[in-house]
Amino acid sequence: MNLTLLIIIIALYLLAIAFLGWLGYRKTKNAADYLVGGRQIHPVLMALAYGSTFISTSAIVGFGGVAGLMGMGVLWLTALNIFVGIFIAFVVFGRPTRRIGARLDAHTFPELMGRRFGSRFIQGFSGTVMALLMPLYAAAVMIGGARFLEVQLKMDYQLALFVFAVVVVAYVFFGGLKGVIYTDALQGTIMFVSMIILLFATYQFVGGWGAHQELTALASKVPPPLQAIGHQGWTAMPTFGSPLWWTLVSTIVLGVGIGVLAQPQLAVRYMTVKSGKELNRALVPGGIFILMMTGVAFVVGALTNLYFFQREGVIALAKVIDPVTKGPNIDKIIPTYISQAMPEWFGYLFLLAMLGAAMSTLSGQFHAIGTSVGRDLYQQAIARGQHQERTVPLAKLGIFVGFVLTILLAAKLELGIIAIATALFFGMCAAVFLPAYVSALFWRRATRPGVIAGMLSGFGAWALWVLFVHAKESSAIGLSQLLFNVPTLAGKTVWAVVDPIVIALPLSAIVTVVVSLLTKPPAASLLRACFNGEAPKAEEAAAPAEKVGV
Amino acid sequence: MFGFGDGWVAAAYVICIASTILCVVYGLLHWNVDDTFPEPVHPADEDLEFEVEV
Repeated sequence: MNLTLLIIIIALYLLAIAFLGWLGYRKTKNAADYLVGGRQIHPVLMALAYGSTFISTSAIVGFGGVAGLMGMGVLWLTALNIFVGIFIAFVVFGRPTRRIGARLDAHTFPELMGRRFGSRFIQGFSGTVMALLMPLYAAAVMIGGARFLEVQLKMDYQLALFVFAVVVVAYVFFGGLKGVIYTDALQGTIMFVSMIILLFATYQFVGGWGAHQELTALASKVPPPLQAIGHQGWTAMPTFGSPLWWTLVSTIVLGVGIGVLAQPQLAVRYMTVKSGKELNRALVPGGIFILMMTGVAFVVGALTNLYFFQREGVIALAKVIDPVTKGPNIDKIIPTYISQAMPEWFGYLFLLAMLGAAMSTLSGQFHAIGTSVGRDLYQQAIARGQHQERTVPLAKLGIFVGFVLTILLAAKLELGIIAIATALFFGMCAAVFLPAYVSALFWRRATRPGVIAGMLSGFGAWALWVLFVHAKESSAIGLSQLLFNVPTLAGKTVWAVVDPIVIALPLSAIVTVVVSLLTKPPAASLLRACFNGEAPKAEEAAAPAEKVGV
Repeated sequence: MFGFGDGWVAAAYVICIASTILCVVYGLLHWNVDDTFPEPVHPADEDLEFEVEV
């Protein structure tokens, strides 16, 4: 790559981003503008912003690398991304979220939950969980961007990480959500064009439609250690019930595919549109966008094996051996393929796309971290609704702290971690928030104690499973080793590869339902305000704020 | 089917495309179906005022 040309291109790109961030900053006049974009965002902008926040370098570089390892079975995740993450999310969840959010004047996802159930604890707890664990997901995205810079520019990874992070935090810090949505839309457009080119070029390189058959025939080249855990080739699912099957289905597909419904930084996007019409219209660009992002990344990821085999007689894993650990780093499969297979001009374009993909997601994540700290944790849970003027400054402080945590994690996490860290966060969101979110929108009998019990049990089960059972994390964290002298309590059983979501989500849902049915139904005034838009009568709204919430 | 090694992967491939078509068709059919969202009944940036069970 021509470094001078690259610097000029990136500088122009960053200028455009800075301009859009400034535009958002100029139009940010109050807390509502900062938090939900004044609820007047255009549907195409909203869809592009939702899509580019949803799809990051984690999806393209991280999960594309997973496809390079596991094959096209990962396409089940794309199917869920589109059907659940777009169709169900917009059609089923979007409208009631926006409606109830507007009635309760909720500015953040935790605030929606807190106000729906009349509990500051729910808002504070949701905000705290997000603020603490979102950096894990943000770190995965950051790693994706930094790895691409590292491969393309042959730059030191730690330096790439730092450069990347500073640019992202600058415009999130100044722009709020309006700035974020404008920049997301530009980034979404660049990502879309890049992925179309990548798709057609890759099929052309590997022989067109017949490439699937050739890749199928390559199954015998799967390394024996992978065959032993269920790998049957790059165009077939792993053997049913094998460790690889559980990892693919429970962690990669279910964790992310279901978890997307309860992503606070995505749910807040519904609250930015003016009417239901915008949500319907956003489906059109939204569905196409996700197909072209994850669908293309996963197909290309799997086909990289064929590309490298046709030219060098090796599969993709052999191309990404880490010089230090001597093991493959699957996070480098897509960057290595782009660097080697695609023309130089595409490298520049794709680099901008990856910058955009990471920045758009990171901006949404940091925005969610900031509002969790400023509004949900401090203003509502700690200050009990007072000191509204401190919301935005504290949100910005939260962004800064989240940024530091993210950088530290991104610098320390092990190789090939992007998809795992992402799935872990998505699974946690599903376990903690999904039953509560579904109850908030669709089940009037759900009670505050029921939802709190469900959230706490979901979080507890998820945390215990991660710390002591799921081998990938428990062995890395080391608490199980410290306390019980084994890396995982599951030993060599299949439970060691079953994702926490499989246990924690059903438990959280069951506890929510059972406790709700065993406790007093919610107040009629609260339900009328949420579902009928009726302001509470004076005699019904008698409970002073200090006494509300757990 | 489509040169894939098993039907599950082929099914995923087809469902991806079918889901996208579903999104596009639904979005186009409901392009002008409006649903204006309500004004807040919860006073902006005020405390929670609804009666709730303890």
